[in-house]
Amino acid sequence: MILRRLLLIALLFSVAACSPIKPWVKPYERQKIADEIMSFGRDPAADSYLHHVYDAREAARGGDGASGGGCGCN
Amino acid sequence: MVVIKFPSLSFARMRESNIYILLISFFVIITSNSYAAVLPDERIDLLYHGYDGGGAQIDGPSILVRKNIGTSVSVSANYYVDMVSSASIDVEATASPYSEERKETGFTGQYMVDRSTINIGYTSSKENDYDASTYSFGVDQSFFGDLTTLGFGVSFGEDIVGQNTDPTYERTLQRRKYSINASQIVTKNLLASLSFDSVSDQCLNLTQEQSCLNNPYRSVRYLSGTGGYLYQSELYPHTRNSDALGLRAIYYLPYRASVRIEARQFADSWGIEADNVELRYLHPYRDQWLFEVKYRVYQQTAADFYADLFPYRDAQNFLARDKELSPFSSNTIGLGVTYKIPAGVIPWFDKSTANLYWDHFNIDYDDFRDARVSPTDYAAGEEPLYSLQADVIRLYFSFWF
Repeated sequence: MILRRLLLIALLFSVAACSPIKPWVKPYERQKIADEIMSFGRDPAADSYLHHVYDAREAARGGDGASGGGCGCN
Repeated sequence: MVVIKFPSLSFARMRESNIYILLISFFVIITSNSYAAVLPDERIDLLYHGYDGGGAQIDGPSILVRKNIGTSVSVSANYYVDMVSSASIDVEATASPYSEERKETGFTGQYMVDRSTINIGYTSSKENDYDASTYSFGVDQSFFGDLTTLGFGVSFGEDIVGQNTDPTYERTLQRRKYSINASQIVTKNLLASLSFDSVSDQCLNLTQEQSCLNNPYRSVRYLSGTGGYLYQSELYPHTRNSDALGLRAIYYLPYRASVRIEARQFADSWGIEADNVELRYLHPYRDQWLFEVKYRVYQQTAADFYADLFPYRDAQNFLARDKELSPFSSNTIGLGVTYKIPAGVIPWFDKSTANLYWDHFNIDYDDFRDARVSPTDYAAGEEPLYSLQADVIRLYFSFWF
């Protein structure tokens, strides 16, 4: 079921990507978005370490926009 | 004996044909509307990390170097060390304090084609009783005038689990991860991102009496029948599948500061359900300083085969007493500061920062008791519930060139 929904979303994006949608936030309106305080991952080494701590202390994993390798942390 | 069965849950178990359909759809997106992407910054990060809590001290360095080659290729290398000195509650209950070292090396490459980016990666983690290798591949594509970025990634890993006290002990497990990420510029003040990860772990070539997904040194306890308790080895299922969905957003406030919110839901085939929410406030001060305040709450339910104290030996086909599989809630507060070192102070670099971040974890376990207390003071199963406080330090210097 989850796969079908994702597939549907992917196909909708495919169709939408071919249509002439105009960006509603113009490039010259993005100076705030480009500010360093608007970054999800400003410092990759430090962010990666904190995700590693969460993964070691909690059963949940993934869904955090981070990539990770395996470790014997259990 | 109680027999626990686990239903199929995960996206990771979907048929291969469906994966191909999803990949084809994704490449349709990529080829249908092309704009140019941006390579990540060229930078060096030197990090000292420290964890101190629950009787365990773990610290070490991490070095990350990221460099562009030409205008369309970016490569990075990361070297990371954990130096562990542990007398945690698990260790104190059934084993002896120990020290060990874990070294992790990672390499990534990114190739940019118009507004698509192809990512490859390799990570190797080694310690004296655990080796892990992970290979990853992913594609990101921005479209709608760079308002939307969609990404798809897969990673494959193989781990070899050993045991210091038994040289013949060797377990092999295979890990797979499928990821979909979408990020969106919603307004000129708001960014949002949605991430879905499906992870599958699978033990290879094991008998029913063997496990690979647990810590081989840990035991479960069961009532002895004479008022006390005894220990036996843990026994886990041979597979674990999990799905996680996370939503993140950052909002630029009317003055120059930002608020970030993260929410995540998680479920796995072992019966664990978890969710967490995090709120972060980031405030620049003059041109040189950034201050961060963060608060995070997390909670989870227990695995179906977890118990703090089993009623008798071999009470179930699967047995766990890992506090990370028990029900608990935690909260974390974080404070941090970044100082931008004035240009010219450190030659060769366009920009340099010094950073110090501190996080304090407070974890309250709802069904994990402190078995280190004297059996004469507390009856089995009536020991005080365990709680853990931990401090995490990140001290790092970043250099852009």
